[in-house]
Amino acid sequence: MKATHPHRRRDRARGALVGLAVVLGLLLVQFFRVQVVRSSEYMLRSEENRLRQVPLPAPRGTIFDRNGHIIADNVPGYAVYVLPAPLDSIRHTLERLQPTLSLSDARVAFLMSRVQRHRPLLVDLDAPIEAVAFLQEHRGDFPGVYIEMQPKRRYHEGRAVSHVVGYLSEITAEELESERFQGYEPGQLVGRTGIERQYEELLQGRQGVRNLEVDASGRVVDQDFQGRVTNPAVPGEDLRLNLDLELQAWIDHIFPDSARGAVVALDPSDGGILALYSAPTYDPNDFVGGIDADTWAALNGDPRKPLLNRTVMGRYAPASTWKVATAGIALDLGVVTPEEHMPIPCTGGMWHNGLYRRCWKPEGHGSLDLAGAIAHSCNVYFYQLGLRIGLDNMLRRATDLGFNRECGVDLPQELPGRFPADRQFWVDVFGYEPLEGEVLSLALGQGPNDQTPLKMAQFYVALARDGSAPAPRLRAGGDPGHAWRLDLSRGAIEALREGLRQVTAPGGTAYYSTALEYWEVIGKTGTGQNPQDPDRPHAWFAGMAGPRGGEPEIVVVALVEFGESGSAAAAPLVAKAADFYLRRKHGIPVDTIQTLAEHIRAGRPAPWARERPTPGEEPGLRGRPTETRPARPVGGGR
Amino acid sequence: MIRALLRRWAVDPPLVTALLLLSAFGIAMIYSAGVLETPSPVTEGAWLRQVAWLGLALVGFTVASRIPARWYEWVAVPAYVFSTILLAATLVVGTGAGTAEGVESFIDLGFIRFQPVEIAKLATILVLARYLGSRAEEPTQLRRLVAPALLAGVPLGLVVLQPDLGSAQAFIGILFATLYWAGTPVWLLVLLASPGLGLILSFDTLLWSGYFVVLVVYLYINRYRLFLVESVALVLTNLAAGTVAQPLWNSLARYQQNRILVFLDPNVDPRGAGYQIIQSLVAIGSGGLAGKGFTLGTQKQLDFLPEQHTDFIFAVIGEEWGFLGTAVTILAFGFVLARLVKLSQDSADPFAGLVIFGIFGLWLVHIFVNIGMTVGLVPITGIPLPFLSYGGTFLLMSWLAAGLVVRLGHEEP
Repeated sequence: MKATHPHRRRDRARGALVGLAVVLGLLLVQFFRVQVVRSSEYMLRSEENRLRQVPLPAPRGTIFDRNGHIIADNVPGYAVYVLPAPLDSIRHTLERLQPTLSLSDARVAFLMSRVQRHRPLLVDLDAPIEAVAFLQEHRGDFPGVYIEMQPKRRYHEGRAVSHVVGYLSEITAEELESERFQGYEPGQLVGRTGIERQYEELLQGRQGVRNLEVDASGRVVDQDFQGRVTNPAVPGEDLRLNLDLELQAWIDHIFPDSARGAVVALDPSDGGILALYSAPTYDPNDFVGGIDADTWAALNGDPRKPLLNRTVMGRYAPASTWKVATAGIALDLGVVTPEEHMPIPCTGGMWHNGLYRRCWKPEGHGSLDLAGAIAHSCNVYFYQLGLRIGLDNMLRRATDLGFNRECGVDLPQELPGRFPADRQFWVDVFGYEPLEGEVLSLALGQGPNDQTPLKMAQFYVALARDGSAPAPRLRAGGDPGHAWRLDLSRGAIEALREGLRQVTAPGGTAYYSTALEYWEVIGKTGTGQNPQDPDRPHAWFAGMAGPRGGEPEIVVVALVEFGESGSAAAAPLVAKAADFYLRRKHGIPVDTIQTLAEHIRAGRPAPWARERPTPGEEPGLRGRPTETRPARPVGGGR
Repeated sequence: MIRALLRRWAVDPPLVTALLLLSAFGIAMIYSAGVLETPSPVTEGAWLRQVAWLGLALVGFTVASRIPARWYEWVAVPAYVFSTILLAATLVVGTGAGTAEGVESFIDLGFIRFQPVEIAKLATILVLARYLGSRAEEPTQLRRLVAPALLAGVPLGLVVLQPDLGSAQAFIGILFATLYWAGTPVWLLVLLASPGLGLILSFDTLLWSGYFVVLVVYLYINRYRLFLVESVALVLTNLAAGTVAQPLWNSLARYQQNRILVFLDPNVDPRGAGYQIIQSLVAIGSGGLAGKGFTLGTQKQLDFLPEQHTDFIFAVIGEEWGFLGTAVTILAFGFVLARLVKLSQDSADPFAGLVIFGIFGLWLVHIFVNIGMTVGLVPITGIPLPFLSYGGTFLLMSWLAAGLVVRLGHEEP
C-alpha cells in the first residue's frame, strides 16, 4: 500500500497523536508533581534561597558609677559583613574591599581562614563612616557585602577606669566550647577583663537574628525581610558600680605620669570600692572594633606592664603597713594592752636567740606604748609583740583574716595574698622547719608576706569600722557579707587609730604631705623591699580620712613602685584622693592645692595648719633625714 | 468583512490564533523576565525587541503562506546546500551572542546577526520531504534509511561541532518524524536509533551487554526481514558506539559533561551545573497551583533563574502562573501539535504531509526538551521554546515554518 493512502495516513496520525499524548502527559505529570505535590517543599526552599541570617547585636548594658555618671555606654557603629558565598567569591569581595576598609593582605588571609559555611563573615567591627558611606553608595559593586548598625562600646575616662572596667574582644574558640559561653556565637564580643568580664552574662544581653533578602548575586535587596526579625535582640542589663568615676579620674590625674603603682579607695561603711586605680594604664577604647596589632604589641611588650591590674594582681611586701595588722592581732588575742610598754626599750635593736635584731633607727626609740610604736614604726616593740603572739597564733589569725586568700572582690583576675598558712609552708618552700623566731620578721611585715593593695585596704577598712571587714565590692547594692572580723574593743581600735594619727599629726613623718584643711587623715607609711631594685623600695601609705573628730569615711591605700618614701611618694596620693572625695561628699568646692605641703609650695596661707614649718626648711622633705632604708637583713622599714 | 480578511490572511485560523496567543504570552513573559530587583541591561527592553521581531515574523508568515508548494519543493535542495555551507562557515567565522555566548552559532553580517542553524532546520525538513516524498515505496528496509540519515546527519554533525547539542536533538527529531511519516515501520526506526541507544547505555557495562544480547537475538529472529549486510552493519555500529562512548565522553566540554551528570543528580554540583536545574525547580515548584502572579516571581526577580528570558522562560511561567499556567501552556502546544498532525493527515500530497510532519517533529523536540529540562525530565541543553523564548531569528523561523504549514496544509492539489 502506498504511504499516502488515506488509511495509512490516518493510522500514522493516530500513532503520532498517541505519541504526542504520551509526551505531553509526561510533562503534565511532572509539573503536577513539582507544582502541586511537592510545592510546599519548593516554597520553603525559595525562601531559604533568598534569606540570609545575620546576627543582630544586642546593645550591651551601660555601666554607671555611684553618682550615675556613665563609665561605659554604646555609640552607633557600623559592622561590615560578607554574606555566605563560595570561597572564591568571598575572597574576591574581600579583595575589592581592601582599599575601602584598608585591609592588609594578611588580614584578608586571616579572614579567609575564618569563613564558615553558613555564617556571615565579620570583616570590620567598626568601619569608619566614610567607608560605610562609600559602600552604601556603591552597593551594586559589592555584592554580598552587608552593613549592620552595631552598637559599639565607649568608655568615658577610659584611661582612668581601664583596669576596673576592662575591655571587650571577640570570643575565642576555647570559650565557645566552654560551659560558660553556651549559646554564644563566633564573632560575638565578650568581656575580656575587668567588670566587662565579671558581669559578662548580665551586660551581654541576647543577640538577635535578622533576615536579609538577597538576590542571586548576593546583593541585599531587603534589609528586614517582610519585617521579620526572627529573634529580636535583647539589650543587656545596666550595671551600677560603687565606683566614683570623678574620684577615679582625679587619681589618674594626680598619679605621677612616669610612676607605676596602685591606689585603692574603699567606703568603710560597706566595703564599696570608690576607686581602684593601677598605673601605668591604657585606654580600653583602643580595643573597640578590634585592637590593631601594633598597639597590642606595644601594650603587651611594655616592660612597665600597663595591662597588669596592680590593685588586685600586684603583690608587694606590705612592710610597716603590716605592723598595724600585728598590733590588731595582738589586741584581738589579748596578749597586750594599748597602754602597756614592752619590757625591752628600743636602743636601736635587741638581742634574740643570739642574733642582734636592729631597729631602723640606730639611736633607738626608747620605751613606747602601742600607739607610739605604730607612730614610730619601732621594730624593737614589734619584735617583742610578735614573740608574745607566737608563730602559730600569728599564722592562724593572719590566715583567718584572709592574708593568704583573695578578698573576694568582684573582678576576674584577683590574686590571693601570700602568707604562710602553717609551719609546713617553710618546709615546702624553704626546706626547713621554722623556728619560733620567724615570727619576728612576720611581725614587721617581712618574710614570706606579699599582699595586694586591695587586700591591705580591706584590712584598714576593719580599723575604720568596728574590726569587721566586708568584702570589697565594685557592684553597687546587695549584701556584701562580712569576710572576717577582728575581735577588738572600741578602746583597742582607738589605740590603733591613735598610732596612725601620730604618723600624720604635727611632728609625724607624714604631717606635711597629708595635712588637709577640712579633714583628718591618719595612716601608716611603709617601705617595702623591692626584689627588682633593693635601693629603690616600694612606697606604701595606708590610711583613712574623715571629718575631724568623726569616724573615717574613706580608706585609701596607695602604693608607688620604686617610690622609696611612703610619706613623700604615697601619702600625698592618699590625702589628695581623700580630700577630693570628702569635699564633694560634704559639698565643699574642690581645690587642686590640697595638702599643707602643696599650700606651702604654692605660697598659699594655711591658717588651719597646727604647725608651721621653720622658715627656709623645705616642708615636703621634713623628716627625710630620719628616714632610712629597711635595715637588712632583718631590720624593719617604716 | 475584517473577520473575513483576517480569516483569509491566517489561512488556518485555529492554528494561527493559537500561535498568536502563544507569541503574545511569550512577549508578556519576556517583559516579566525583565522585571528584576536589580535591572539588567540584557533583559530590560528585551520584550520591545521581541515585539519588533514578531512584526517581522508575521510578515514572513504572510509571505511564506503565499508561496506555492512546488516552489518549496524546488528550493529544497539549493536551500539545503546553502544552509549547510552557512553552518560550516559558522565553525570558522561564527560568533557567540547573548545567552549563547559559549556556542559559536551566530553569523554576524554587521547589520544583523542570525543563526544559520534555524535556516538549516527548515531546509533539512524540505530536502528530506522532497527525497522521501519522491520514493514510490515505503522505506521498509534499513538500507533505504541510509540516504535520509545522511541528509540529516550532515547538518547534525556540523552543529555538534559548534557544539550545539540542543539543535542536534532537533535534527534527530526531524529525521525520525519524516521517516515515520514516510511509512517507515516503528521497529525499523528503533533499529536505526539503536546505535544511539547503545551509546547511552554503554556507560554501564552490564546494561550495555544485556542490551547488545537483546539486539543480536532480535536481529536473529527477524533475520528474514533484514539483509545480512544490514544486520552486520547494525551489530558493528552498536559495537562501535559502545567503544567510542568513553572517548566521546572525554571529548565533551566540561560544562556539557556536568549538565548530563547533574541531570542524574542536581546536587552533584549545586553551585555550578546543578545550579540551573535546582533554581528552575525551586522557581516552578514555589509557583504552586496558582502561581505568584504576573511579574511577581521572586526567584525571577532576584535573578536566581538562569537565562530566564530565553531558554528558561518556562520556569518564569511556572513561578508566576503556577500549575494552571503551565498546564494551559502545555495544552496549547498540544493543540498546535495535534493540529499539525491533522494537517499532515489531510495532505494527499506526500511532500506537503512530510514537511508538516517534519515541522511537527521539530517543534515537538523543542517543546519537550525545553519544558522538560526546566523540571529535570531531560538534561539541560540550550534549546529555545518556540514562540515563547526571546530570540529574533528563532521567532522569525518559527513563524516562517507556520506559514509553510498553513500553505502546504491548505493548498488544493
